[in-house]
Amino acid sequence: MPRAPNRPSIMDSPSAQRAALGAGAVIAAVGAALFFARKSKADDLSDAMVSDAPPWTYADKPKGEKGPLIGRSTTISRPRQEVYARWRDFTRFPEFMDNVRSVERIDEKQSRWTIEAPAGKTVELVTETTHDIPGERIAWRSVAGSQITTAGEVLFKDAAPGRGTLVQLVMTYDPPAGGLGKLVAKLFQREPYVQARRDLRRFKQLLETGEVSVNASPSARKSGSPTEARI
Amino acid sequence: MRALTWHGRHDVRVDTVPDPEIVNPRDAIIKITSTAICGSDLHLYDGYIPTMRAGDILGHENMGEVVEVGAKSTLKKGQRVVVPFTISCGSCFFCERLQYSACDNANPAETSDASETLYGYPAGAAFGFSHLLGGYAGGQAEYLRVPYSDVGPIVIPDGLEDDKVLFLSDILPTGWMAAVNCEIEPGDTVAVWGCGPVGLFAIQSAFLLGAHRVIAIDHFPRRLELAKSMGAEVLHFKEVDVREALFEMTGGIGPDACIDAVGMESHGLAIDNVIDTVKAHTFLGTDRPAALRQMILACRKGGRLSVPGAYGGMADKFPLGALMEKGLSLKTGQTHVQKYTRPLLEMIGEGKLDTTFLISHRASLEQGPEMYRHWHDEQNDYTKIVLKPEMAVASAKREFEDAAV
Repeated sequence: MPRAPNRPSIMDSPSAQRAALGAGAVIAAVGAALFFARKSKADDLSDAMVSDAPPWTYADKPKGEKGPLIGRSTTISRPRQEVYARWRDFTRFPEFMDNVRSVERIDEKQSRWTIEAPAGKTVELVTETTHDIPGERIAWRSVAGSQITTAGEVLFKDAAPGRGTLVQLVMTYDPPAGGLGKLVAKLFQREPYVQARRDLRRFKQLLETGEVSVNASPSARKSGSPTEARI
Repeated sequence: MRALTWHGRHDVRVDTVPDPEIVNPRDAIIKITSTAICGSDLHLYDGYIPTMRAGDILGHENMGEVVEVGAKSTLKKGQRVVVPFTISCGSCFFCERLQYSACDNANPAETSDASETLYGYPAGAAFGFSHLLGGYAGGQAEYLRVPYSDVGPIVIPDGLEDDKVLFLSDILPTGWMAAVNCEIEPGDTVAVWGCGPVGLFAIQSAFLLGAHRVIAIDHFPRRLELAKSMGAEVLHFKEVDVREALFEMTGGIGPDACIDAVGMESHGLAIDNVIDTVKAHTFLGTDRPAALRQMILACRKGGRLSVPGAYGGMADKFPLGALMEKGLSLKTGQTHVQKYTRPLLEMIGEGKLDTTFLISHRASLEQGPEMYRHWHDEQNDYTKIVLKPEMAVASAKREFEDAAV
């Protein structure tokens, strides 16, 4: 439709035209950048993955059999057998696992975990050890009927000479259904990876220093306590 | 107990807080006899360091008397100790390599996430220096909990008064490491940006490590005077073009090594610094590395850059081309205090290092907030402030006795 005569458009002013041109150029540039980013990703990614990195570091996170795969590595300046033995002592997990209140041994294979949930509640979980290769690997999974469905393993490997032990924690975790389960899921799911890295960090502290580092000290905050951790 | 606490930008108060307690077996509790205000405390005061929380106790240059020990502490009650500002476990990969400030264990699991995100790996830990560095209380207080007390604190022999040894906690080893990182060779000229306490100790250290000349740069006449008293030639950066002056003074070669003892809050009205200041105040950036930029241009080709000055976040307009084309090498980092305390203590004992010349003011804890203000606003006259908690007790006692009479 032809423009009505004698009604100047805002686009007629030279500065507005320049602005429109500028905006157009920006949009074109962004569009081109997106196009080439997609194209280069398509070019780079063939079906076979080539990186020599653990699967949990891939950009497209792989799924474990029960849920997303979470992995975290740490190096501990202690001999492999010692590190393995300390982990194998499941009943001492609460010393470095933040929200685990207790782990009791039911028998050679099974353990009962009591895990802290929001609002002072707890939830129980029974796991069975599926693999136990001394000094190398401990794997577990939750038994049927547990309120949390989870599976995982810890791998122990020699680090470079003189550097102690490489510890890798790999786990999958499936959000449970139902009332309390949902609450727990919320607690865990918020950042299961954060939980894993903090627990591993405390495990390393315990083995290397004999204690878990805690910043408990006074402050002028009313909620503060000189003996509790301050996050 | 009484303690200096941070409540926000330019808001430091004296509060009554709970006494610290032994929490872990390797802990000790120190009754503070001297605690200094550090230049880097100004970065906290100005709100430049993220993850401070209202109510945090400040202070990382501490010394005092051991009053309580955990089961595994190697200290004994009654010992006088200087406490390094870095908290280090002594047994991790980094501590074993004497890279104490990079300790992998001292920063608690709960406070390590932020630095892992910001820096790629969890940071080490320090007293009274934000939750990024562990969230431990500082020692500008009557008492201090010292974790890993078997690794950090150095026992001071009788006869060496507080003022002579207090700076082993931070600024003396920091100035020393700054000079060590210059890898000084005979005939070298070292240029030092910033004549605050770290800069002054760096000047003294550079000479002890064999520097032929030291040229110091600042804009406070009193601080330049102190630099001169240490044997440095001085440049007032508002009087001269610093790069040109250094070019001419070194016959066109340039300083062999340069030290940035300024850090993230450079002074001066150069255009890059003004832009950085605006960005910092509008949360578009944090660090203002004007001194560092100038130093990269001023350093000789193939020279060494040493950066003890504190930086925390991001910077732009960084002269990367000059850094690369000139083949400069750069060394930096929080000080590995525990690596240097023993040899430096010996040098103090032998009288080779003067550690008291820069102290301009001594005050009580109660005067702390006022001292922070002076430290911030009057940098020409306030060259180093040492707080003595006992001064308050003594004067309060006198007042009480006067009142009783």
